[in-house]
Amino acid sequence: MDSFITRYRNVSILVAILFAQVLGLAVQVRRSPDSQSTRLIRVWSVAAVTPFEKAVVWSQSSISELWHNYVYLRGVRQENRDLKYEIENLRLKQVRLSEDAEQARRLQALLGFKEQFILKTVAAQVIGLTGSDLSRGIYIDKGRTDGVKRDMAVITADGVVGKVLSVYETTSLVLLIDDQTSGVGAVLAKTRVQGILRGTPSGEVVLEKILSDEQVGPGDQVLTSGGDQIFPKGLPAGTVASVSQGPESFLNIRIRPAANLSKLEEVLVITQQEEETPVAGGNAPLRAADVLAQRLPSVPDQPAAPAGKAAAAEGLETSDALDGASPSHAAEPATEEHPSGTPKSVTPTVKAPPKAAKPAAPAPTAELDSTKPDSEKRELDSPPPGNPPQ
Amino acid sequence: MPITYTSGEQIEVYRFRLPVAILIPLGAIFLQAFLPLRMPFFAIFDLPLLVTIFFAVARRSQVAGLTTGALIGLVQDSLTHQPLGLYGIAKTVVGYGASSLGVRLDVENAGARFLVTLGFYVVHEVVFFMVARGLVGLSVAWSWPHELGSAFANAILAVPLFFLLDRFKVKT
Repeated sequence: MDSFITRYRNVSILVAILFAQVLGLAVQVRRSPDSQSTRLIRVWSVAAVTPFEKAVVWSQSSISELWHNYVYLRGVRQENRDLKYEIENLRLKQVRLSEDAEQARRLQALLGFKEQFILKTVAAQVIGLTGSDLSRGIYIDKGRTDGVKRDMAVITADGVVGKVLSVYETTSLVLLIDDQTSGVGAVLAKTRVQGILRGTPSGEVVLEKILSDEQVGPGDQVLTSGGDQIFPKGLPAGTVASVSQGPESFLNIRIRPAANLSKLEEVLVITQQEEETPVAGGNAPLRAADVLAQRLPSVPDQPAAPAGKAAAAEGLETSDALDGASPSHAAEPATEEHPSGTPKSVTPTVKAPPKAAKPAAPAPTAELDSTKPDSEKRELDSPPPGNPPQ
Repeated sequence: MPITYTSGEQIEVYRFRLPVAILIPLGAIFLQAFLPLRMPFFAIFDLPLLVTIFFAVARRSQVAGLTTGALIGLVQDSLTHQPLGLYGIAKTVVGYGASSLGVRLDVENAGARFLVTLGFYVVHEVVFFMVARGLVGLSVAWSWPHELGSAFANAILAVPLFFLLDRFKVKT
């Protein structure tokens, strides 16, 4: 017997270690996915790897900030001018949308509709991936100490990203929506048909449970439905990339996610949301979809000229509303920790602008006009018919 | 490059200092989790696998090879949300196989290293696929062109990487 073991010592050890792992797998598979049986090993591994990731991300962003904020400032004046111009146009557009939103809230209040509001978010930086195609997830630099909990929604300004799966002391694992085990309640924006957004083993995102007699076409927008009790209703989830006949009587709908899941740098974790009947009037919280752009602490890209012009054209139609509140009045700022460590002005409880707010935005000025063609200048100077300036 | 059969006397066995034996696998796992974030194409590589093969072949000890493979695989597993053991089992098999091969063959030259990595990458993927599908019941996509492309990419990366890691070897 001894000689047998000595002779086959290496093979015996191989078999023993493989057997132990297979046994461990069997135990884990049998237990529920929420089981914490392997948590200790995961905590050790995460504790061993994520400090390096944090250090690298921190130094990378510090160098980048130093370069962009103090050294490489070429084109900043022009960019500043363009941004000011865009802000003016967005203010005009916002006033019109605020009116629409207010009207919608009044109607919702009348009908007793419940709506989900984002009350609090935590900005987080992406520090790493799971490193496996079978598990599509990201690690963020915020954890239990920052108020992050399991099953919290994670979003960017573009749309939904995923949900928090595991929470550690200072880091969290976020399951992306393209993972095969993820599921997001979704609705087609045009037809309001509800389905389930799922990931596939190859990393694609598909919309399931849509009957083949529904009208769905490429380019249709997909929003969160709020039915999963994780993601607030109305956040952009993606657009339909292709539609084909699927199994049984369902469509096979491939979705292009709204957020770029392969290049995530900063995300928002929704740490508090509430469902309530919207209040018609000045102090109603902003809806989930309204709050995104204000909350994500990322530097916006340089505005593309055509987009700005398009916005201008849209905003000019409502130049009567120049006395509305500016975006800066749309929220009462509080402080929240920015991923880079610097405090950033954000809004834990976002309130709608007071109706009687004084105009913060001056009418488009000559300075702005200098960046626009003559045809637009004329439009700026003359209010559209039926909408006299106030 | 020919793979030559060598006698036991001709084979040189190497060992590694403890910090190297810990930090290199940890560094490989860190880079595997971090680099695809900035360079998505890097996801095609499996640095922990390459490190497993390197250590197994250099040490030429089956027990050391399978233990290294198991530990690296389990740490890699623990960063995912899947059950522990998927990478663990696959890398245990690779660690054992690579060290067994290292005992019998001279795998110090570039050509041999390329072929060994190519072969063991496919073995790793096959074992991983079987465990994930057969034991855990996961839906795993299998595509031969993708797997062979990844195997070639990893084999190409392995050649300079192994020469770099050779600097940390200590002769016994």
